[in-house]
Amino acid sequence: MYETSDIRKGLKVLIDKQPYNVVDFQFVKPGKGQAFTRTKMKNMITGAVLERTFKSGEKLAPADVESSEMQYLYPEGDGWVFMNTKSYDQMTLDADAVGDCKHYLLDGLMVEVQLFDGNPIAVTPPTFVEMMVIETEPGFKGDSTSNVQKPAKMETGLMVQVPLFVEQDTKLKIDTRTGTYVERVK
Amino acid sequence: MARHKPAAIVCRLPIGSRATVAGRVVNIDGGRVRLVDGSGALTLSLGHVSPGAPALGQLVQATGVWDGTALVVETRRDGVAPLDSFPKAEGDYAHFTADGGRRVANLHRRAAVLGAIRVYFDQRGFLEVETPLMVRSPGTEVHIEAFSVDGGRDRRFLITSPEMHMKRLLGAGLSKIYQISRAFRRDEAGGHHQPEFTMLEWYRGFADASAVMEDTENLVAAVAEEVRGEATVQVAGRNVSVAPPWHRLRVDEALLEYAGLTLSEVLPDEERFFHAWVEKVEPALGRDRATFVTHWPASMASLARLLPDDPTSADRFEAYVGGIELCNGFGELVDAREQRGRIEAEVALREAEGLPAYPIDERFLGALEEGLPDSGGNALGVDRLVMMVCGEDRVSEVMAFPADRV
Repeated sequence: MYETSDIRKGLKVLIDKQPYNVVDFQFVKPGKGQAFTRTKMKNMITGAVLERTFKSGEKLAPADVESSEMQYLYPEGDGWVFMNTKSYDQMTLDADAVGDCKHYLLDGLMVEVQLFDGNPIAVTPPTFVEMMVIETEPGFKGDSTSNVQKPAKMETGLMVQVPLFVEQDTKLKIDTRTGTYVERVK
Repeated sequence: MARHKPAAIVCRLPIGSRATVAGRVVNIDGGRVRLVDGSGALTLSLGHVSPGAPALGQLVQATGVWDGTALVVETRRDGVAPLDSFPKAEGDYAHFTADGGRRVANLHRRAAVLGAIRVYFDQRGFLEVETPLMVRSPGTEVHIEAFSVDGGRDRRFLITSPEMHMKRLLGAGLSKIYQISRAFRRDEAGGHHQPEFTMLEWYRGFADASAVMEDTENLVAAVAEEVRGEATVQVAGRNVSVAPPWHRLRVDEALLEYAGLTLSEVLPDEERFFHAWVEKVEPALGRDRATFVTHWPASMASLARLLPDDPTSADRFEAYVGGIELCNGFGELVDAREQRGRIEAEVALREAEGLPAYPIDERFLGALEEGLPDSGGNALGVDRLVMMVCGEDRVSEVMAFPADRV
C-alpha cells in the first residue's frame, strides 16, 4: 500500500478497481486542520480525469500496471495479435486496448503494451513510424516551401495531411502522438 | 603569479597597462568574457587565443593589457587560468542562475518584501521583537507536529510558531509588537509547505481581530506596491488584487457557495468539513481578489476567543489569495481558565490519537492568569507572500535553501 506521502506524479494507484495515473498533486493543510493531498488522476483505461482528495495517512492501493515490449504479428477477427518479445507469449488485443495505435500497425511493429492485472489496457507505438503513401493527388514539383497541404492515405488506412510535393508510393515519417506528417524518408 | 588588481581599478588604468584580475565569469559572448569581482566588473577580450575556454560561473584569473574597453588577453601563457573552480550542472551556481537568474532575482524580491514589512510596522509604532526558537513546549495543537531537540537534561522543541512567547510580551505590557521568525513543523512538505519556514506574527493589544484584518490588507497591499509597483500578486499565472478592502466572507457562506453544504450538516464531522474545505472551497477563495474568511465555528477556535455577540463563532479569520491560505489571525483568547481547558482537551486528544505528548506551557498560562488585554494577532506565511509577489508556484523557488537543498 502507498501512503499519502508517497504520492508523486506518475504514481499508479487503484481507485474503485480502476488503475489511475497521478498527473498532479498538492499537499494542503488548513491552518488548524489536518493535512490532505489534493490529486488529479487519469484513468489509465478510459483517460477520464478524476480529482480526489486524500487525508494524510490514508492508504492507497497500488495499481498492478506493468508494461511489456511486444511485436505486432497479424490481424485476427476484430482484434490484433501481438507477441511478447521476452516470453514469446502471444496475445490478442481488442480495439479498446489498441485504440489509436491501430493506425500504425505495420507488420513487425514494436509497441509497448500496458497490462493491468495481466490484461492489456493500452498500446503505445514508437513516437515515429515510417510508412508508405498508397493514395494521394499527384504532387507538384518545386512546391516545397508553401504551407498548403493535401490529404494522403497511408498503407494502414490512416489519413494524413502532407505537403503538395509528396507523391504516391513515398515513404513518410509520421508522429504517432499527433498523427501528423514529419518528413519524407529517403 | 602576478598579484590581482580589482576590476574597478583596472578599468581606470592608462591604456596599454598590463594587469592581472581574478573574478567570476558571468557572461560569455564569443571572445568577450564578462568578469565580476568584489569591486565591479570588466570585460576580457580573448582575441584570437583559445585559452581553455572559461565556463559560465567559473572563478578565473586572467592577465592582459587594458585597451580602454577590455583587458586583452593575448598569449596562451598568460591566458585565462581557472582558480580551481569547476561549476557543476547541478551545483549551486547553476541552480541559482538558471532561467536568466530567476532564483537570484527572487532572493532580491524576498529581501525587498522583508524590508517593506519592517517599514510598514516601524512606521506604525510596532516594536520588532525576537523570541526563542527553542522552547519547552511547542504548543499542543492536534494537527501540528514539532521537531524535538536534544537539549541534554532538558528536552526542548523548535517552535511551530512564536505565538505563545509573543503573547507573554503582550502580558508584559508591550502592546504593538511584530516578529519575522523561523518556524518549524514536521511532516509538512509540498508546493506551499516547507518544514522550516518564515512566519510574520504581529499583535495589537486593546484591539480585536477586525483591527488586525485591516493591518493585513494594508500591509500586503503596501508590500505588493513596493515590490511590484501595484497592489496585485500573481498566483498560478493569474493576477490577484490585494488592494484594500479585501472581500469578506463567513465560513458558512463559503461552504454553501462553493461546496453546496450547510455548516450545520457537516460540522459534527470535522473531517468531512475539512475534506470539503480543501477540495471545493479553498481553491475557489480569493481567485481574483484577496478574501478574508471569518466566523470560524467555535469548535475550531484554536487560540481565538469566541465572538462576544455570537458565541457559536470564534473571533478568527483566514485570508486567501488565489486559493492559497496566506494567514490566520485571532481576536486572542485571554481567559486563562478557558485556555487551560482547551489545551487540556488538545492534550487528551493527542494522547487518544497516539500522537507525541507535548508539555503544557505553564508560563504561557501564567501570563494569561496575570492578565492580557483584549488583543488581536495574526500569523502570515512570508514564503507564500514572497512566492505570490514573485509569481512563483512553489515556496521552494523563493527560499535560498529549501529542505531538499540543505
